Amino acid sequence: MRITQGAFSFLPDLTDEQITKQVQYCIDKGWAVNIEFTDDPHPRNTYWELWGQPMFDVRDAAGVMFELNACRKAYAGRHYIRLSAFDSTHTWESLRLSFITDRPTEEPGFALERQEVDGRSIRYTTRAYAANRPEGARY
Amino acid sequence: MNAIDKTTSADQPRSRYSAGVMEYRKMGYWQPDYEPKDTDVIALFRVTPQDGVDPIEASAAVAGESSTATWTVVWTDRLTACDKYRAKCYRVDPVPNSPGSWFAYIAYDLDLFEPGSISNLSASIIGNVFGFKPLKALRLEDMRLPVAYVKTFDGPATGIVVERERLDKFGRPLLGATVKPKLGLSGRNYGRVVYEALKGGLDFTKDDENINSQPFMHWRERFLYCMEAVNKAQASTGEIKGTYLNVTAGTMEDMYERADFARSLGSNIVMIDLVIGYTAIQSMAKWARRNDMILHLHRAGHSTYTRQKTHGVSFRVIAKWMRLAGVDHIHAGTVVGKLEGDPHTTKGYYDICRDDFVPQNLAHGVFFDQDWASTRKLMPVASGGIHAGQMHQLIDLLGEDVVLQFGGGTIGHPMGIQAGATANRVALECMILARNEGRDIVAEGPDILNEAARHCMPLKQALETWKDVTFNYSSTDTPDFVPQATAAE
Repeated sequence: MRITQGAFSFLPDLTDEQITKQVQYCIDKGWAVNIEFTDDPHPRNTYWELWGQPMFDVRDAAGVMFELNACRKAYAGRHYIRLSAFDSTHTWESLRLSFITDRPTEEPGFALERQEVDGRSIRYTTRAYAANRPEGARY
Repeated sequence: MNAIDKTTSADQPRSRYSAGVMEYRKMGYWQPDYEPKDTDVIALFRVTPQDGVDPIEASAAVAGESSTATWTVVWTDRLTACDKYRAKCYRVDPVPNSPGSWFAYIAYDLDLFEPGSISNLSASIIGNVFGFKPLKALRLEDMRLPVAYVKTFDGPATGIVVERERLDKFGRPLLGATVKPKLGLSGRNYGRVVYEALKGGLDFTKDDENINSQPFMHWRERFLYCMEAVNKAQASTGEIKGTYLNVTAGTMEDMYERADFARSLGSNIVMIDLVIGYTAIQSMAKWARRNDMILHLHRAGHSTYTRQKTHGVSFRVIAKWMRLAGVDHIHAGTVVGKLEGDPHTTKGYYDICRDDFVPQNLAHGVFFDQDWASTRKLMPVASGGIHAGQMHQLIDLLGEDVVLQFGGGTIGHPMGIQAGATANRVALECMILARNEGRDIVAEGPDILNEAARHCMPLKQALETWKDVTFNYSSTDTPDFVPQATAAE
């Protein structure tokens, strides 16, 4: 399976040229681009690990791409990597764009566990197959 | 022709309160020199007096009948600070290109309204006055809500930013679909449509406005099967999904019961219809705040009073009231779809929903600056007769903070519902990617879609199926002012 979090998961994997253009778009809007990675892709795993801080002062996409490549060197193939852009404007103060740039070589997906309770009600648990193994050894 | 006599007669304190009938303009409801206070609520009415009725008198009567006046002088006014409580019509302008109609600006003191109550506000502003005999027709066009009043409301329970954070979806419109056929599916069959659409790539599915609890599907069946579908789609995509469970019912008690059940099943969103009424809407908004729930509002019924320009209430006023009342989603038009929606007027609605400060923009039908004072943003929903081939137009017209709902445009796909959903999602993502790259999506839209369709068969089929479908009818609710070139500042 292919997890479809992020803005561009339904498109073929973005090339570095395409990623660079998206990064420059964010920088030109005044947003700070941030790199995060994880090997726990649960849809409610909000806090992926930070690769450094959001790059508040980087004005050129090349600077972000340099960091992305460094992150890839450490984690590509075994982790998901995503780029996010933070907008500090009053009444927004949150993300403006977020998309996955790198995925593990294989994505085994999730099991849906159903616990029958109270008549016909069911409690659902989504569990990543990979999460059975310890962090860092999942993919 | 439309020139009007703006003279006022000075108030005569003693004779003012003699028993009998007096013109409204002489009772203090017409005050052309009045400077509205920052804390005043201001209403703009389109007044069409009966033949022979003076427009100033008609407008003063609107001010009177929507505040303190009755048809005759009452001495008990003198027991009150009546000057303060009288609404003051301070300006009457002829409506451009519309002989016989007038724009009346009326200011209301803040003390006339109960804090935090749309019902109270509307009972004054659109109460008795709309049936007043000397008027042929009356329309509430816009309102300026002072910050002092705005701050007495909770505003949207969730708001655009927090909704995006909860759903973990940023930088693109959200995608939805209304389950069709809207009536007749059993709970089991209904859930099938939800699962297919969500798995195929939509973020949301939606109950239609009139799906409540009917013989073919009781509400609990729908909720149970829909949540099975949502959770299954979530697990198969690794992405947060939701379905607007319509909790509209005959009584508040029933609505609370349904909403509580939706929460207990883990739904992240519930929905209500505009027809439940302003008080019920505010109650559900409070419930949504208490229960971390996104609250979707379907504007069922609004066209009965918003569509015709001469009489009723403009949708921009309803949108303002609903942002105060505290819903998170509101249907606000598509421009290109099957339902009424002039592009400029619709742009005005979207600004009212999404911006923190909305400046006056007559060409969009926005008559007043509106400061929302950090009230959360209301997510507009574009729904009705739209399809993937219009993606570039939709994003250009509506921006990215919007839910695009393709009901027929998902479920009617020749290769099935999943394929329909995938077509819409791919069209959306490729268009956002292209826009961010700096491409001119209006001009290049069809090319961008065709490029994307090369790696996506469902999109190719969608484009072929609906390539030329448009709904080109002239709008009835259009701005009265055309855009004018102004000197650069």
